[in-house]
Amino acid sequence: MAINWNAFWEWANPRKFMRWTDRALPVISVLAAVIFVSGLVWGFFFTPDDYRQGATVKIFYIHVPSAMMAINIWAMMLVASLIWIVRRHHVSALAAKSAAAIGMTMTLIALITGAVWGKPMWGTYWEWDPRLTSFLILLLFYIGYMALWEAIDNPDTAADLTSVLCLVGSVFALLSRYAVLFWNQGLHQGASLSLDAEENVSDVYWYPALVAIAGFVLLFVSLVLLRTRTEIRARRLHALEMRERVKDA
Amino acid sequence: MIRLLWRDITLAFRSGGGFGLGLGFFLILVTLVPFGVGPDGEMLSAIAPGILWVGALLACLLSLDRIFALDFEDGSLDLLATAPIPLEGVVAMKALAHWITTGLPLVIAAPALGFLLHLDSAAYRWLIVTLLIGTPALSFIGSFGAALTVGLKRGGLLMSLLVLPLYIPTLIFGAEVVRRGAGGFLVATPLAMQAGITLGAIALLPFAAAAAIRVALR
Repeated sequence: MAINWNAFWEWANPRKFMRWTDRALPVISVLAAVIFVSGLVWGFFFTPDDYRQGATVKIFYIHVPSAMMAINIWAMMLVASLIWIVRRHHVSALAAKSAAAIGMTMTLIALITGAVWGKPMWGTYWEWDPRLTSFLILLLFYIGYMALWEAIDNPDTAADLTSVLCLVGSVFALLSRYAVLFWNQGLHQGASLSLDAEENVSDVYWYPALVAIAGFVLLFVSLVLLRTRTEIRARRLHALEMRERVKDA
Repeated sequence: MIRLLWRDITLAFRSGGGFGLGLGFFLILVTLVPFGVGPDGEMLSAIAPGILWVGALLACLLSLDRIFALDFEDGSLDLLATAPIPLEGVVAMKALAHWITTGLPLVIAAPALGFLLHLDSAAYRWLIVTLLIGTPALSFIGSFGAALTVGLKRGGLLMSLLVLPLYIPTLIFGAEVVRRGAGGFLVATPLAMQAGITLGAIALLPFAAAAAIRVALR
């Protein structure tokens, strides 16, 4: 196999990947746990209640980070799929596969926490609002992507086809995102944390939110590494089984 | 390529080709809706644009797996892949044949069905225009979905799971055009957006579909 052995791509070698994640994973997991818990505890117990929303505002610390992750994980899958298509690193395809389930969970968390918050605030669990609808569509894309992985036996074929689906799906997900804006007026508030907005959440909520976001990112990184390691091991196990079967025959 | 187009169209028209299936499905769906929501004329005319578009979409979906599955089974897809014309062209021609045998009849039948649903008289024109512009996108997006699942044993259900989310933008703009047409509003913006989606799908998706087929034939 012709691999360009420059420093960056070396990380994608399965054996090397296993070696460095073996050392890095405990550190990242512990860091993720500490930051995740401290962000949520800070957010839940050490911030004042909002003067209009009361304590319900605190769902913000789960809702916003999970929603951000839901979108960013799809972007990460897109990058990983591109790397698989262009450079055919198996770790990349497996990382995209591992990330999909986490991304779907994050989308679900964002939808459910949003519904729980929406009932007391908007008086409804669900409204066909552009943001809500695009998240539902994103959930459908995650489900389709995972279903395609499950349906194909040959791992390389599955990696190829899901990568193509991820590319095309990204375009259509983006298209749907703006199409639904056209289709219905929104109930959802604007971006909570954009850097250039004039009106943002106040600093009291902002700092714990940043910590919570960092916690979610680290949680995702550690989960994706863990799941990718599992996938690599499953692949090796499969290869060993095949070798045994050939030997017996 | 023209000959391939003719071959696919002829195959679809001959017995067992499934021509008319989508049309029949469209008719049944539109007949079922009043049973579900009640015969109230005002209600029907309010939901008619959406129902007609969703019906067209599902009717299109019904015949998608025929685009490649039969050719894959009897091996002619392998021959087409090794033929001197590019696979992208084969895919585009097959999607076009699918549109001519499924999408075009839907466009022609839709006004009659709109009549059944008390569609507003101002909207007929726009219904035809938007279906004419939008259904090619359904065929081309569908050909991509069919290409992804061509090698799979029970790919049909999975294909609908993959294809339906991709249909969302087309559906949104299509139904919006008819709704606006019925209300007498300007339709240029959603119509232009839909035309954009269709042209983009025709230009780009054959490449994605051909890539998927190459993987499946490997």
